[in-house]
Amino acid sequence: MIPNFGQGSRCEVDNGWFCTEWVRAHWGDTLQPALVQHLELAAIAIAIGFVLASALAFAGFRFRLLDPPIGFLADFLYTIPSLALFQLLVPFTGVTETTVEIALVSYTLLILYRNMLEGLRGVPPDALEAARGSGLTRLQTLVRVELPLALPAVIAGLRIATVSTISIATVAAFVIPKGLGQPIFTALEQDVFKTEILTAGGLVVALALCADGVLVLVQRALTPWTRLERAS
Amino acid sequence: MASEAAELVFDGATKQYAGQSAPAVDHLSLTVPAGEICVLVGPSGGGKTTALKLVNRLIELSAGDIRIDGTSIKDQNLVQLRRGIGYVIQQVGLFPHMNVEANIGTVPRLYGRSREWIHTRSQELLELVGLDMSYGRRYPAQLSGGERQRVGLARALAADPPLMLMDEPFGAIDPIVRTRLQDEFLRLQREVRKTVVFVTHDIDEAIKVGDRIAILREGGRLAQYDPPATILEHPADDFVAEFVGADRALKALALHKVGDLELRPAADGPHVPAETTLRDALALLIERRAETLTVTGGDGRVLGSLTRDDLLR
Repeated sequence: MIPNFGQGSRCEVDNGWFCTEWVRAHWGDTLQPALVQHLELAAIAIAIGFVLASALAFAGFRFRLLDPPIGFLADFLYTIPSLALFQLLVPFTGVTETTVEIALVSYTLLILYRNMLEGLRGVPPDALEAARGSGLTRLQTLVRVELPLALPAVIAGLRIATVSTISIATVAAFVIPKGLGQPIFTALEQDVFKTEILTAGGLVVALALCADGVLVLVQRALTPWTRLERAS
Repeated sequence: MASEAAELVFDGATKQYAGQSAPAVDHLSLTVPAGEICVLVGPSGGGKTTALKLVNRLIELSAGDIRIDGTSIKDQNLVQLRRGIGYVIQQVGLFPHMNVEANIGTVPRLYGRSREWIHTRSQELLELVGLDMSYGRRYPAQLSGGERQRVGLARALAADPPLMLMDEPFGAIDPIVRTRLQDEFLRLQREVRKTVVFVTHDIDEAIKVGDRIAILREGGRLAQYDPPATILEHPADDFVAEFVGADRALKALALHKVGDLELRPAADGPHVPAETTLRDALALLIERRAETLTVTGGDGRVLGSLTRDDLLR
């Protein structure tokens, strides 16, 4: 029997699936801060991961010999379970946000690296030959032909990495009390308080869907040629 | 089109790949006069595409020289050289992420031309290659194969280069469209008069398109370099005779038109326009089992007649 000090509603006391009173009451002190922290954690990881993966993908593209080792490293990092990775990092980087970010960035690398590399390699060779034969310099070919044509694959990778990062960031709460994982873990300790778990979990999903949607719009804006129908 | 066509000279041009016994191109020497179409033709491995790519240095010479209007290609800045040569390839290689107008404007943009200039030029060229001006806003994915190659041609012409290199440009097009493109290309050439080096493996295309034909045999050696009629009537050796085909007499008939001959007074027989080749006219006579043909002018009026013997001269 949960003691009722007169402040819990019927729904909360009975541990219903979704108590709107609780959500309204605790939005400001629990849910919103957690949401903002979650967004921050994910955004920083994706940004760093993107820059890092770009550099690696470019190296792997330019120097074919580098591809297998880089790919193996990214693969390896991705396979380590998140909790294990956190525990491995803590002795070195402490119980801090840095630990979490390092882990999150590692998980983005495989997807972003592979997609970017495939994007660069997927540029039609006849377009490259035409560019070279027309007198574009190596740099001009890269900037005006290769990068734009690699963009759809890059954005596709970014979408996957974004959604998975937002999801994995939930586990960050094991290390530091930040992000939407925090209310979930708290609720698990309190006799599995369903409302909090569902709301926080729901927010993670909503965040991921929104981010994905934004990227879809970005892709449509940047790559209009990918959505054409053949006219003739 | 203001620019003068350039004279192209191959002077002992040679390409030897390391580790291969025979050169890909073996001391090729020939002169393409300004404003002419030189067709490089030969069996696979004959080095014709290699010879073409030596000109814009997509492949570098091992020995010998190539001169454009007297200046060696080795003395020119690589990128400047290529911008001054129109390059058309079989797969066209249009940039999928750019619309037709932007594709056409590729080289002018490298020269710093404004968007307005490129728009005007693009419209001019679309008309020249026989496409509606609204095509400027379309993307390559929305075009048929024939349309893409026309755009490829427009792109190569955009900066008004004095020299054009074309590597089997109509090879990936279906036969009906190919004939049309060949005809339009010849019409275009009469207007712009560029110096063109045209590679093909199809001897019939070579005969139709070329002012002069260079037949390259395996090992990249020049077997014969002459106008089509000469090659058909006086092949230099057995290789050329065989390459041209046992039906070379018939092929030679394709070089002349019905309207070129002296006509007899009008008589009964199937009608053929004056532009019909002797070969097609002969084929018609055989098909209809007729003895005489009636030759008509552009407006349909009767000009005269020809017998089978007239065609065979």
